[in-house]
Amino acid sequence: MRKIIDTGIRYVLLLSALVSVFVVFLILLFTLREGLPAFREIGVIPMLTGTVWRPQQGQLGILSMIAGSILVTIGAVVLGVPLAMGGAIFLAEVAPPAVRETVRPAVELLAGIPSVVYGLFGMVVLVPAVRTTFSVPGNSGFSLLAASIVLAVMVLPTITNIAEDAIRAVPREYKEGSLALGATRWQTISRVTLPAARSGIIAAIILGVGRALGETMAMIMVIGNSIRMPGPLSGNPLTLLLSQARTLTGNIAVEIKYATGLHEDALFATGVVLFVLITLVNGSARLVINRGGTE
Amino acid sequence: MSEQTVRSGGMTREDVTFSRLVRLAMSADEAAPEQVNLARRHLVQRAAFGLLWLSGIAAVAVLLAVVGYVVVQGAKVLNWEFLSSPPAGGLAASDVGGMSTTIVSTIYLVFWVIVIAGPLGVLAAIYLVEYAEEMEGGTGLIPALVSVVRFAVEILAGVPSIIFGLFGYALFVSAVALGWSFGLRSAAVTGACLVLPVIIRASEEAIRAVPRSYREASLALGATKWQTAWKVVLPAAAPGIITGIVLSVGRVVSETAVFFVTFGGTVRAPDSLFDLSSPGRSMALHVYYLAMETRAFDKAMGTGAVLILTIILINLVINVVSRRLTSKLKGR
Repeated sequence: MRKIIDTGIRYVLLLSALVSVFVVFLILLFTLREGLPAFREIGVIPMLTGTVWRPQQGQLGILSMIAGSILVTIGAVVLGVPLAMGGAIFLAEVAPPAVRETVRPAVELLAGIPSVVYGLFGMVVLVPAVRTTFSVPGNSGFSLLAASIVLAVMVLPTITNIAEDAIRAVPREYKEGSLALGATRWQTISRVTLPAARSGIIAAIILGVGRALGETMAMIMVIGNSIRMPGPLSGNPLTLLLSQARTLTGNIAVEIKYATGLHEDALFATGVVLFVLITLVNGSARLVINRGGTE
Repeated sequence: MSEQTVRSGGMTREDVTFSRLVRLAMSADEAAPEQVNLARRHLVQRAAFGLLWLSGIAAVAVLLAVVGYVVVQGAKVLNWEFLSSPPAGGLAASDVGGMSTTIVSTIYLVFWVIVIAGPLGVLAAIYLVEYAEEMEGGTGLIPALVSVVRFAVEILAGVPSIIFGLFGYALFVSAVALGWSFGLRSAAVTGACLVLPVIIRASEEAIRAVPRSYREASLALGATKWQTAWKVVLPAAAPGIITGIVLSVGRVVSETAVFFVTFGGTVRAPDSLFDLSSPGRSMALHVYYLAMETRAFDKAMGTGAVLILTIILINLVINVVSRRLTSKLKGR
């Protein structure tokens, strides 16, 4: 009797485990089933390279959103990664234990703060600040710059946490060997510890990029959601940063609730593009981690 | 110190990585004149450490500034009335209306997400650790399925939330498939898919950490595999599993994109926990609507402050639970 129950339960458990596979299957099925007609109707190339998004007229190019997502992610990496790396090295190697024990939980906590809170802060503080700081015609404050700053702050805890783990995982002997040979602590950190933790650090940055690409609500709140291709506002190319934009994620969230027909299909296709982009990013993180492990 | 010393001392070891790193460490000295300028090296170190201190402080300061600003601004509107009265709608004066219905909606949502994803996730984790690991590397249908499951969990953990939203919208909300429309039911099931990988991963880790000897003792006493898993392994892994579940509660509380496209967003809360087809608005969604549509930034700050305090509370619970776990492991 107990044996029969045991076998029965084994299959119940297997079924529960298979739910994840089922969910992945459903996600793929539905985004592809709804998205592929758009690719078929509009064509993959016109859709990916078209800069005009006018759903009413059936013009559904998403290049401006791809550009928006990529530009804001680059901005976040440029602003956030140096600070995150400094923070990670500081926590792993430099900070006295007492400082570390208070800062670490704080950073972990901040990774869990809802994205709308960061978005709200961006709307109330950063957007007006950007508007008043740069007096360029057409500068509304809602901009790639404001969005990049918000996103940099959001990925900061993620990158710091993972990079710190990677630095901490470097075997003690490496550091001891280096110190014993007369290297200073800083030489040890910069020439031994960091190179040894390289793959973990790169993985942390890539995972941060993945998180940045996937962020939705905070981006909607500060980036302006303009459907136009982001570009400089004046002759100065740096005013690109003051340009409004729209991310792939924002495009979906803003329009999905009222879209119908081909327009709706195009939004699902936007989801497919986003999914492919993120899978590539996460996949490369995996690759880096695996390669680092076998070295 | 010269390259020579390194050769004779370090390179006899077989650890290639190690010697490579040592060479890296010494490469600065190769370039330097024979007399190593110790003072200069220390100066460089002091500058570098200064920068590191600065970036450590800056990172914390930036994050605290954001959170602190929202909490301080939010505290201005925060009082019992704000918490206990329903939102008054867009045109009402700014001193009336609170957030009570969004708290209720959030609680209903969290309840259903955990009821759905909790058991599924824990059972899946039991299977993956207790049943699947002994078959690792085997051939046949089941081992193949297991590796597919692991791959799927990994994919799910990396999928951005708006894609979950899109999927939930297509499958549950719109007429394409089930046609449940916006509501508690659509939002809860989509949310459950979102937190499933979180629960599975945390539970897997907790179950794997249970010492082998526990299982061996139980099996030796004649218990079956399931009895062992249920009565011995699971209780021992409970704190870790609870941590994972509390973590998912936090995820649901802070998630916005998924519920933006599945929950509906009306300020009225569902009538009861079982009013599954009614739409609602979680606290995080409320912040979004207040900021983007009503432009009531003061109340958005108030709601944001409540959100932050909720997340802090959740983190405290996790800390207490995991501390109990460590003391329990040390005690035995």
